[in-house]
Amino acid sequence: MIRPDLVCPAGTPAALRAAVDAGADDVYCGFQNATNARNFPGLNFTPDEMERSVAYAHEHGAKVLLAINTFPTAGRFDLWSDAIKMGAKFGVDAFIVADIGVADYVAENFPEKRLHLSVQAAASSPEAINYYAREFGVKRVVLPRILTIPEIREIKSEIPCEIETFIFGNHGLMVEGRCSLTNYVTGLSTNMDGVCSPAADVHYDKAPDGSVATRLGEFTIDSFAPDETAGYPTICKGRYQAAAQEDPYYAFEEPISLNLARMLPDLVGAGVNAFKIEGRQRSRAYVQKVVSGFRRAIDETLEGATPDLAELVALTEGQKQTEGAFKTKKWR
Amino acid sequence: MTSTLTLGPILYHWDADTKRDFYARIADESPVDTVYLGEVICSKRTPFFEKEMPDIIERLEKGGKRVVLSSLSEVVIRRERNMIRDFCQITEQEIEINNTSGLLHIDGRPHRIGPLMNVYNERTLTHLAAKGATHVTLPNEMPRDVIGIMADTAKEAGIGVEVQVFGRASLAVSARCYHARAHCRTKDNCLFVCEDDPDGMPLNTIKGQPFLRVNGIQTLSQSYVNLASQIGTMQDMGISHYRVMPQHIDMLPVLDAFSERLAGNISDDEAASRLDSLELDTPFSNGFWHAKPGYQRIKAHLGA
Repeated sequence: MIRPDLVCPAGTPAALRAAVDAGADDVYCGFQNATNARNFPGLNFTPDEMERSVAYAHEHGAKVLLAINTFPTAGRFDLWSDAIKMGAKFGVDAFIVADIGVADYVAENFPEKRLHLSVQAAASSPEAINYYAREFGVKRVVLPRILTIPEIREIKSEIPCEIETFIFGNHGLMVEGRCSLTNYVTGLSTNMDGVCSPAADVHYDKAPDGSVATRLGEFTIDSFAPDETAGYPTICKGRYQAAAQEDPYYAFEEPISLNLARMLPDLVGAGVNAFKIEGRQRSRAYVQKVVSGFRRAIDETLEGATPDLAELVALTEGQKQTEGAFKTKKWR
Repeated sequence: MTSTLTLGPILYHWDADTKRDFYARIADESPVDTVYLGEVICSKRTPFFEKEMPDIIERLEKGGKRVVLSSLSEVVIRRERNMIRDFCQITEQEIEINNTSGLLHIDGRPHRIGPLMNVYNERTLTHLAAKGATHVTLPNEMPRDVIGIMADTAKEAGIGVEVQVFGRASLAVSARCYHARAHCRTKDNCLFVCEDDPDGMPLNTIKGQPFLRVNGIQTLSQSYVNLASQIGTMQDMGISHYRVMPQHIDMLPVLDAFSERLAGNISDDEAASRLDSLELDTPFSNGFWHAKPGYQRIKAHLGA
C-alpha cells in the first residue's frame, strides 16, 4: 500500500514550523512576489526566511516544495527564473510549476530537481499529464478538484508519475489557471500576478439598516442581513440575479469548504500519493490544528483503524462543507 | 506584413439551423479570411452539429474562406479524451488545440494553439513552436506591452500570432455547468437549457448591474471587447491575425469595419466610430489591453 505524504500549507515561517512540528511530510510555500498564486500582502517568504525554513524542515525530516505556479508574462521571466535559482540554492526538494515555459526552464537548468505540476496547470486527463511528464519529467501532478474517485484511479493507472489531491480547505470551482474574473474586475490577474480578490479592492458597504453589501471594485458580490457575518467577496462565491432564479443565488458555488476526511480510505485505495491541505493564507494556529488532525487520521487509516473524525469535521464547524466532485458526478 | 481577419468559433449553443444560416452569410457576404469552426465549450453539444460540418466546411471553402477546426477546452471524461485523440488525426484542415491533452496526440504535426492554452511568455511560445505550433492566439487578459513582446517572439519563431479584437472575453471555464445549475439541474441532465440563451445567460449583481454571461461551463464578460481603436498599434507590433468572436447580433457590419481598417481603407478612429454607431445593447471594453480592469473602456486619447 502507498503511504501518502501529507502536504501542508505554509504562508509564513511560523506556519511552516507549526506544520512541520504537527507532522507534515511536505510543506509548500512561496516567495513574496508574483511568482506564486497566493501573492497576498503579509504572506510568503523573504529569501532569508526561505533559506532558514528549508533548513528547519530538513532538520525535522520534512520536505519543502516551492510554489512557482503563476504564469510569467513576456519581458519579466527573470523574476521566475531567479526564484527557481534561489530555491535550488536553498535546497528546496521540489518546484511546483504551472507554466510550460517555467517547467521547461527547470527541466533544462535543474534536471536533478523534482518537478511537481501545480493544479494551476489544470491537467485533468492522463494525456495532459503525460505531456508534462514526457516533456519535462514531471514527477507528481496535483489534480484539479473536479474528479471523482474512480476517475482518479483511472488516471493513476495511465500516468508514470505520482498523484496529489486536495483533501481540505478552499473549494476551488473554476478550472485553475484559466480564470481571469479577478482581472476583469480589478486589473490584477490571478495567472499573471498571483492575485485573487485583492484586499485593496474589497469594500463592505454598510446600509442605514445595518445590512452589508460586499463589493469587489465596482461590482457587488453579495449582501448580508444585519445579524449575518459578511463573507469575503470572491466572485465565484457570490450571489447574483438570473432570469431563471427568483431570488439572488449562488450562481457558481456556495461559500463552502472541501473536507475529504471521511474519504481518506477511498483515496488511499485509488492510489493517491499525497494529500494536500489548502490554506497558505491561514494562521499558524489553524495550520497546527488541521495538520495534526489529518496526521492522526491518515496514520489511523493506514493502520486499518477507523479514525475518529469528529475533531476534523469540527474544524469546519459553523461552515458548510462538501466532498465536492470527489463524491459524485452530480456536482458538475 | 499582411493583417488577416479571422472569425473565432461560436462559443454559444446555437441550434443547427441558426449555425447553418450564420455560416452561409459568412461564406457569401463577409470579408473574413479564416473561420474557426467547432465546439469549444461542451462535449455534449457536439452531436447536434457534427453532421452539418462537412457541408458548412464546403460552403465556407467555396466562399474562399480558410477553415480551421477548433476543439474542446475542457477534456476530462473518456468521451472527451477520445474526441481529442480523433481530432488530432485530422489532416484535411488546419486544427486549433485548446487543451494540453491535444499536445500529446499531435506529436509534432502542424497545429494552431487556441486562446485558452495559456501562452504568456517567450519560452512557452518557443517550446510550442518547436513542437509544431504554427500559430498562437494570445490569452485575452494580456496587456499591450506583453502582446508586443509576444509578437516579436512569434516573428522570430516564424509563426502566426492572433489577438481577439472583438466580442465577449472568456473569463473562466469550470467542470460544472452553471447554465444547468441556474435551472436546478446538473451537467448530466441539463436538457440543453443553454440553447435558450444564444447570447449567453445574463448574470446581474444583486443591485441589478449587468456583470457576466454564463455559457454552460464557461463564464464570459458582459461587455464586448473592442480593440478597433488599437489596430494601428497592433499592426506596428506585427500582430498577424485579428479575431472577431461571433455574437448574437448582425456580425457583418462588425466584420466590415475591421476588414476595412486592416486593409488601411479607414483609420482607427473611423473603425471605432463605425462600431459605436451600430448602437449595440452591449457596452464595449478594452481594459485588459490597457492593463486596467477588463470591463473598463479607456478612451484612446487617455493613453493610446
